[in-house]
Amino acid sequence: MRSAIVLFPGINRERDMARALKRASGVEPVIVWHKETTLPAVDLVVIPGGFSYGDYLRCGAIAARSPIMRDVVARANAGTMVLGVCNGFQVLTESGLLPGALMRNAHLKFLCRDVHLRVETAATRFTGAYCEGQTIRVPVAHGDGNYFADADTIARLDGEGRVVFRYATAAGEVLPEANPNGSIGNIAGIINERGNVLGMMPHPEDAIEPAQGSSDGLGLFESMVAALEPAA
Amino acid sequence: MKARVTITLKNGVLDPQGKAIQHALGSLGFSGVEDVRQGKLIELELATTDRVAAQAEVEAMCEKLLANTVIENYSVELV
Repeated sequence: MRSAIVLFPGINRERDMARALKRASGVEPVIVWHKETTLPAVDLVVIPGGFSYGDYLRCGAIAARSPIMRDVVARANAGTMVLGVCNGFQVLTESGLLPGALMRNAHLKFLCRDVHLRVETAATRFTGAYCEGQTIRVPVAHGDGNYFADADTIARLDGEGRVVFRYATAAGEVLPEANPNGSIGNIAGIINERGNVLGMMPHPEDAIEPAQGSSDGLGLFESMVAALEPAA
Repeated sequence: MKARVTITLKNGVLDPQGKAIQHALGSLGFSGVEDVRQGKLIELELATTDRVAAQAEVEAMCEKLLANTVIENYSVELV
């Protein structure tokens, strides 16, 4: 699996992401500076977490208009897999690749802790290594992770099975008390219509081995490898 | 010419910062505040003197970058 990580000023999770991609695929990802206009030939483009442009104006807003994003959008529209985590998810909504917006957390607090997610669908190229309904534990670290979209968009996401992860209790129940940031329907991650662009607020790259407290995030990377490199 | 862009959250979109301000005002004894909405103000210094062109240009800026029309409204005032 050949992958590229797009780097904007203020991004700080690219190394964690590179480590997870290398671990799952055996191939070192290419880091691409945001002022580049063309991505290398890759199977996967990742926009990692951090605080692009200091979150000025709105989280992800300025990064979404960076030169490299033109090619990211073109590749996504041509079918290349794109993963956005945390600030990367905000960039994907701001660039129009995913619907909705990420607003300030409902209780105004910056969150940095582990959460549980229910895997709502295993029928994606990002979640094939999980089972539907499985509960995983991964960290969140964000101040603006409150997912919002209008009622029609939410109905469409639900109807098309495009909500991939929801915040849940340790027992896997999607309840209001398991919602850390006020997201509609406890939504933690969504996928586009075509199934090649995933955005999520939690950080699977920071839960890939027991020393990190959980290795539940590794499945996401293994899923992508399996989707891109089917066993002969 | 100066353009003043006011960006506010759409009605129906929860504004947690506005709510926090409202609570703080209440605790200071300002009891009559029924709702608070927080927004942002962006001032642009424009080279043009053509008001019609300026209005259109700034609205295009709002649509393209300054506002996220999924959750925000904007208004443009030329001064």
